[in-house]
Amino acid sequence: MSKQVGFVFSKPGFLSLLQDAGRRGVMHMGLTSGGAMDRHAWAWANRLVGNRYASAALEITFGRVEFTCELNTWIAVTGAHAPCFINGRPQSLWTALPVRAGDTVTLGAPSTGIRSYLAVAGGFQIETGPGGSCANFVREGLGGVRGDGHPLKEGDRLPCPTGLPPIKNRKVPESWQPDYKEELTLAVLTGAQIDRFPARVLHTFFTNPYTLSPQADRMGARLKGPGLEVHGTSLISEGTSLGAIQVPPDGQPIILLNDRQTIGGYPKLGAVTPRSLDALAQRPPGSRLRFRATPLHEAQLEERRFLQFFCGLSL
Amino acid sequence: MFWRHEITGVDSVTLHFGERIDIQLVERIHRAAEALRYRLAGRLIDTVPSYTTLLLRYDLLHDDLSSLMASVADTLADLPDAASESTDSDTIEIPVFYHPSVGPDLSTIATRVGLSIEQVIEQHSRETYNVFAIGFAPGFAYLGQVPETLSTPRQATPRPKVPAGTLGIADTQTAIYPLQSPGGWNLIGRTPLTLFDPHRDQPSLLEAGQRVRFRPIGQEEYLKLGGQFDDGDTQ
Repeated sequence: MSKQVGFVFSKPGFLSLLQDAGRRGVMHMGLTSGGAMDRHAWAWANRLVGNRYASAALEITFGRVEFTCELNTWIAVTGAHAPCFINGRPQSLWTALPVRAGDTVTLGAPSTGIRSYLAVAGGFQIETGPGGSCANFVREGLGGVRGDGHPLKEGDRLPCPTGLPPIKNRKVPESWQPDYKEELTLAVLTGAQIDRFPARVLHTFFTNPYTLSPQADRMGARLKGPGLEVHGTSLISEGTSLGAIQVPPDGQPIILLNDRQTIGGYPKLGAVTPRSLDALAQRPPGSRLRFRATPLHEAQLEERRFLQFFCGLSL
Repeated sequence: MFWRHEITGVDSVTLHFGERIDIQLVERIHRAAEALRYRLAGRLIDTVPSYTTLLLRYDLLHDDLSSLMASVADTLADLPDAASESTDSDTIEIPVFYHPSVGPDLSTIATRVGLSIEQVIEQHSRETYNVFAIGFAPGFAYLGQVPETLSTPRQATPRPKVPAGTLGIADTQTAIYPLQSPGGWNLIGRTPLTLFDPHRDQPSLLEAGQRVRFRPIGQEEYLKLGGQFDDGDTQ
């Protein structure tokens, strides 16, 4: 058996997690779905190096990662605007980059955006767990490099495939690279439970800015802003959908994200669309957010276009 | 089978089967979830049954809401409202070492409700419980109903660490912590069984709609079955 080669991390960063498209068919067991928080940057990183949509890439929060390559291959780094170097020479983001055995790749702290995605040609060679995914869950102790939920740590090796055909020199046009500094307005599908909120409360929610609190992680984004009053606070717990905006008794909304609990009992105003969540994933605590209502057909059209583009299907 | 649906996401819809928690409803939802997982295999990404609802997540690339809902309606129309007679073989037996060393709230509950520890154990293990929902954590099953006499509110301050396998009571529900986690339930014992193992064919021992019985065991059997003590236990 040949020795596994890959990238050996001398600096693992603040929080680096292997993420793919997330798990399927496991939520009824209480397992959450997970997956890349900013699918747009993650999907581009994979596409640049010729990988299929669901391939595992490294989600690096707040940069500051360094690794040495043990093989000749191609990588792409997308997402947060962070300085990237190979052997000290500056490199472009959103670009397929050749690396050689012995090269050292460094990613600095981001100036805008908070999550970077590192993909390698052929995808990282990690065994999948429940739901056909290697998505890394710290809380559940599942997924990731060793399948035990630990985030990447110093000295870890991410195994990479060898002997792949060369890759085309690809780059995402600059006009397609998102600007994570822009003030963000999140699209919301309003839900049936909206009846629990008086009209003036909905007016408050859709006309005022909210601030992303420091208590924002992969489970949920807590917001700070004008309090939202709810009629009847307790609800029988029900399955939670991605992006659901739940309003606890303190009136400060929480957007449920990829690593959310599978069931919950707070009333929900609606759900932020997946494409808006992709953009939200790049906003640091303290960012100002606004909300706008969107009809289902528009949200579905936008999501289908995204999936068709990256999954390579023509419908 | 009567139900209505509401849109809860770009690719998800929640079916509502009733407004109140009752075990017949939970069983009906369990059967609906199983039938949909089987009949619409490949079309549904996830199904999340809960007390009165069933969340469905579908594949936007290959499906649309109206054709999905037509298939859901067809499948559910074929399901009988009444549950089939349950048999003892449907009931899962879980051995539990009820003891203050692994159930530090056992004596507090006994004092609170004016019973001996033995009576608390007898009353708790006499019931057949139903799995109302799975959630909070992988394989965490909300079981009901605990006899009213044992009903105890959650701890004011959750414990930072509850060892895996620990059995607790919160109000009239009871549950086993599948993994070590923080927790606010009143702890009364521990099972040597593994409730959640991602490497098993069926990772979760319990599913919504199933029945559970607890069988009290002594320390010797607990250890023989692989039960362990934790650093925090008061042996």
